[in-house]
Amino acid sequence: MPGAQERVLRRRIASVQNTKKITRAMELIAATRVVKAQTRANEARPYAERITQVIADLAAAGAEVDHPLLRKSEQVEKVGVVVLSADRGLAGAYNSTVIKTAEREVQAARADGLDYALICVGRKAEAHFRFRNYPIDAVYSGFTDKPSYEDAVAIAARVTDLFINRGCDRILLVYTRFISLGSQEVVVRRFLPLESSSTIASVGDAGAVAGFEFEPSAAAVLESLLPRYVESRLYAALLDAAASELASRQRAMKSATDNAQDLIIKYTRKMNQVRQDAITTEIMEIISGAEALAEDRGSPEDLLLDHLDTDPFPKRLGNKPSHVPRDNPIY
Amino acid sequence: MPLLVELVSPERIAWEGEARMVICRTGTGDVAFLPGHIPFIGTLTTHPVRVLLEDGGEQVIAVHHGFVEVSPPEDGFTRVTVLSDVAELADTIDVDRARAAKERAESALAADADDVEAAAALRRAEVRLAAVDAAA
Repeated sequence: MPGAQERVLRRRIASVQNTKKITRAMELIAATRVVKAQTRANEARPYAERITQVIADLAAAGAEVDHPLLRKSEQVEKVGVVVLSADRGLAGAYNSTVIKTAEREVQAARADGLDYALICVGRKAEAHFRFRNYPIDAVYSGFTDKPSYEDAVAIAARVTDLFINRGCDRILLVYTRFISLGSQEVVVRRFLPLESSSTIASVGDAGAVAGFEFEPSAAAVLESLLPRYVESRLYAALLDAAASELASRQRAMKSATDNAQDLIIKYTRKMNQVRQDAITTEIMEIISGAEALAEDRGSPEDLLLDHLDTDPFPKRLGNKPSHVPRDNPIY
Repeated sequence: MPLLVELVSPERIAWEGEARMVICRTGTGDVAFLPGHIPFIGTLTTHPVRVLLEDGGEQVIAVHHGFVEVSPPEDGFTRVTVLSDVAELADTIDVDRARAAKERAESALAADADDVEAAAALRRAEVRLAAVDAAA
């Protein structure tokens, strides 16, 4: 029967092994989904590119509108912060870095004496800010690892409303940009007001200057195009954040699996050592017991048993019992 | 020389290919594009877009608002790009679902004639069904 310490270690190894199985499964799931997320991000790119292209063509045609989305305030009084986090944890530092960055932006706004509105995407950001009693303007969650365009439209509508009707002079978007599987970085982007259409156009291919025909008019097209542009930018950010989340989770779970493996090896060694020690001790006990017995045989005086074949009372043995003295004058 | 047609939704390129003619409805009426059309940008209403293919076939796409751009010709090819939030190919539309959605929207409208969302839903369902009809 194993000793107490050995049993404890055995139990701990079993528990770490279970944890390892879970983290390993999560790693594999994240790995397959990050590939899908990347594909989605790539598939969404043409739309964003085409929209930018159309804006470029409009700008080349000289269309400039006084759209509320382009309005720049001289004096910023209220800042909107949109933070894209995950719904679930176990993604390493993914949530904490993006939330910390957003919190810094909010603190900076506060320090400047500005009002702010906070929009949380993902349960983790909501939990963080709610716990710290920040006023939260809106929460969107339940889709962070697989955002759909409708999600982007809903958030964009809210953000646009904040900007146009509810006094926000600047909207910041805090999210994690996906650079590659190995690296993602948190970025703070000015989301609104938009750059003027000619600045947007400089990103696109503005080389194509041609006599475009517009229907109904260049300004009208641009006006209905800008909200779509906002949505597609937000959608791109959501997809980037989703890919980053999954990549972070994959990495976190990989290192968790590796750590679990290390622990298992460490505990197994410890357990074997303890077991060896226990066996050694047991052997020592048996040997020393036997040794003690052997030694005792060597010094017969010590044990009563040994005295049986020797004569404890050599003088009287074979003589008359001492308690009945024969030569007693009475007999 | 055919038209190069691209139908782009925010999630992916829904369809791309070559065509003889593209017919769509803008705010002011139907427009048909043939190869060599001058550069054009217009807003689309919720209506099926018809793409007449080279082989005489026809691809009908339900489009819910969006834009159409005809780019300046490159190497003699005229490129038509349709950008839309929702762009569904007629053969991928679930007719039963569209019918159910239409009925739902109609009953919502009957209860409240000012229900904007129901009106939009009805319009979408109708376009889906119209696209399926046009393709059949």
